[in-house]
Amino acid sequence: MLFATASFAAGSTLAGYHMKVDTSDIKSLQRGARIFVNYCMGCHSAAYMRYNRLGKDLGITEEVLKSNFMFGTDKPGDTMNIAMRKSDALGFFGIAPPDLSVIARSRGVDWLYGYFMTFYSDPAKPFGVNNLQFKDVAMPHVLWELQGTHKPVYKTVTHKDGTEVEVIDGLEQVSPGKLTPEEYKATIHDLINFLVYLSEPAKLQRQKIGIWVIIYLLSFLVLAYLLKNEYWKDIN
Amino acid sequence: MHDGEIDKQRRRFLTTVATVVGGAGVAASTVPLISYMLPSATARALGAPIEIDISDIKPGELKIEKWQGKPIWILRRTKQELDDLPSLDSLLRDPDSSVQQQPPYAKNEYRSIKPEYLVLIGLCTHLGCSPKYLPDGQDILGPDWKGGFFCPCHGSEFDLAGRVYKGVPAPTNMVVPPYKFLSDTRILVGADTGTA
Amino acid sequence: MSKVMKALNRLLEWVDARFPLTKLWNEHLAKYYAPKNFNFWYFFGSLALFVLVIQIITGIWLTMDYKPSAEHAFATVEYIMRDVEWGWWMRYVHSTGSSAFFIVVYLHMFRALLYGSYKQPRELLWLTGMFIYLALMAEAFFGYLLPWGQMSYWAAQVITSLFGAIPAVGDDLELWIRGDFVVSDVTLNRYFSFHVIAVPLVLLGLVFVHIIALHEVGSNNPDGIEIKKNKDANGIPLDGIPFHPYYTVKDIYGITIFLILFSIVVFYYPDMNGFFLEHANFVPADPLNTPEHIVPAWYFTPYYAILRAIPDKLGGLIAMGFAVMFFFFLPWLDRSPVKSIRYRGWNYRIALIVFVISFLVLGYLGMQVTTPVKTILARVFTIIYFMFFLLMPLYTSTDNDKPVPDRVRYP
Repeated sequence: MLFATASFAAGSTLAGYHMKVDTSDIKSLQRGARIFVNYCMGCHSAAYMRYNRLGKDLGITEEVLKSNFMFGTDKPGDTMNIAMRKSDALGFFGIAPPDLSVIARSRGVDWLYGYFMTFYSDPAKPFGVNNLQFKDVAMPHVLWELQGTHKPVYKTVTHKDGTEVEVIDGLEQVSPGKLTPEEYKATIHDLINFLVYLSEPAKLQRQKIGIWVIIYLLSFLVLAYLLKNEYWKDIN
Repeated sequence: MHDGEIDKQRRRFLTTVATVVGGAGVAASTVPLISYMLPSATARALGAPIEIDISDIKPGELKIEKWQGKPIWILRRTKQELDDLPSLDSLLRDPDSSVQQQPPYAKNEYRSIKPEYLVLIGLCTHLGCSPKYLPDGQDILGPDWKGGFFCPCHGSEFDLAGRVYKGVPAPTNMVVPPYKFLSDTRILVGADTGTA
Repeated sequence: MSKVMKALNRLLEWVDARFPLTKLWNEHLAKYYAPKNFNFWYFFGSLALFVLVIQIITGIWLTMDYKPSAEHAFATVEYIMRDVEWGWWMRYVHSTGSSAFFIVVYLHMFRALLYGSYKQPRELLWLTGMFIYLALMAEAFFGYLLPWGQMSYWAAQVITSLFGAIPAVGDDLELWIRGDFVVSDVTLNRYFSFHVIAVPLVLLGLVFVHIIALHEVGSNNPDGIEIKKNKDANGIPLDGIPFHPYYTVKDIYGITIFLILFSIVVFYYPDMNGFFLEHANFVPADPLNTPEHIVPAWYFTPYYAILRAIPDKLGGLIAMGFAVMFFFFLPWLDRSPVKSIRYRGWNYRIALIVFVISFLVLGYLGMQVTTPVKTILARVFTIIYFMFFLLMPLYTSTDNDKPVPDRVRYP
């Protein structure tokens, strides 16, 4: 009972998109952080994350942090906020782009993977794109120059009552991007890995400490067991 | 029972070891409780060094800024005031600033990098009240008062270099924070290397 | 060395003349005689006390940095998770602790059902325990709102709306409980007050009463035999052993095993796949937008399933209320002369198995999105759940109980 999980994710996840991330892969996190700063932080903040924490955890020096990650007058101790005002965002997108500090904890890795992979051209939308994972999403496909553009492939499904409807069967590349599909996937992997780190920077720390706590408790358990048996000799 | 004595020894040994090891565990579990109450990353970020523009301070004027929540004073002293400082030495507890209440570069007769500008943490070294700046104050503190700081809480007196007078509760001179000149008109307070 | 001991002894005498320190120590530990045949199920009482202490300590520390306002609550939780030293540990211990508390308490209650611990002369012990359970549910409910995520918000909205079902006063009551037209900053603030001071005070008082009641009547045991019936010449129960040191060392052993399991969760699975920390609760509360699927915390889901199974707002509320309240009447519903399941007939054994299954199935159904099939299942198991209580006088009085021996079996 404790491990039936699917229905708990906020919104369902597209089938076929499973990703494993490893937040101990610092190089991947560094690449992901760069993508995040360059592509996401134009509109999204990570208001609970501090630059200097990023630098410390990801082994980025303060100089590199300042030249490649921070904007204008930001100080190392500042949080990753952005200049865009809420009212502007509402004008651009009709909705304020959410803060991404804990997005990986609310959406989950597979959802994000499906989301980044399934943008497709849809002339009916304001930015000309739609998304299979997040239908009618207000966000443009900011990574399109990396991924290239895709169009939907339809198939006809016949319902029980005989009506026929067209549904999207899959996506097909229209124009190539700067990256091959494999490279794009690797880029997305790094980005998601970073988002997972971003949602819980203490994760690495807790996993490192945890093993020592458990080793200590196991050794104390041996003592407690011997002590208990020693006293209970009286009773048995 | 002939091996009762051995059993007792084993029991005492196990109890001692378990107490020590368990006690160590309990002690270790207070580490999070204690660390939790240290200044957080937010407090540390807010306590980062600050830059202060000093171009607008007129001679004899005191500018007050905030660093780590504490008042930072920048006093621009006049030529006359600077000249008066040595004459006070015999009235002071520590005229030569031998107690470490300042960075080495401020251990001089003016307690500052540039004689004109005095930078101080504006808190009394007695119990942490913020003294008043009294450039004149002869009516309260007597005709010999050459200007300085007077703490309203317990009456401690300091001269215009933040040096403490004899016979007042405050034990030491006022603290000079680490600082440096970024240019002639800007100083960095809170650190003496790098920028804010 | 002996000088130090002498000095300490004199200090103890000085204290004892003014405060019953030695007396309390003896009455509740060194000369409190507990049956010698406690088994696995008897760990959970002391474990519950242990978890309570963990929750109080971590709660005090979290309160230092948490701000109970709609504007800051969500942010201060993330602040604790990131900016405060060891804040993540404090928060995970507290969130895991709340689930652990219910696991331990449910097992503790199941123990009472196994060995008839609620039966005469322990009716008051059982009732105080049930009040602790109620207080614990209130504590968990109020605390659940504090992170001010989507799940927090909408769970509070749904539960407070339930009070609207009460005839005549419902709407006013609902408004009064929230202190606003919806769950809001005002509600959060008062829930904080309840969570950190009001309910914990009640809880501590009840735990105190519970332990006093226990030590008055003495512990039951897996054989359901009153050890006080067989005493030696000194008035000490023949089957009793001093709680200290025997059960203190045993409980330390039990607590260590508990801590290992607990640490595995805290350090490696703190959100337990959404069971201990829900995904939707990482989205700040939004009064204009309900998440697709909202569920209460896992420990409430059996009751939630019963609530949903009844196609009537007031009816559901009443059924849910009864589902909890029936536990209070167990001492009088159970007509068997035998306490322990070891000497009961098959009627009670089967009834208990079916009841546990129905509780678990309802718990599962309470987490799921409703479908027609699941609603029917929930109704069936709701009926089974209630039958356990309603038919109890019948099946326990006609049960084929076995003769109970005079002395406890060991182990």
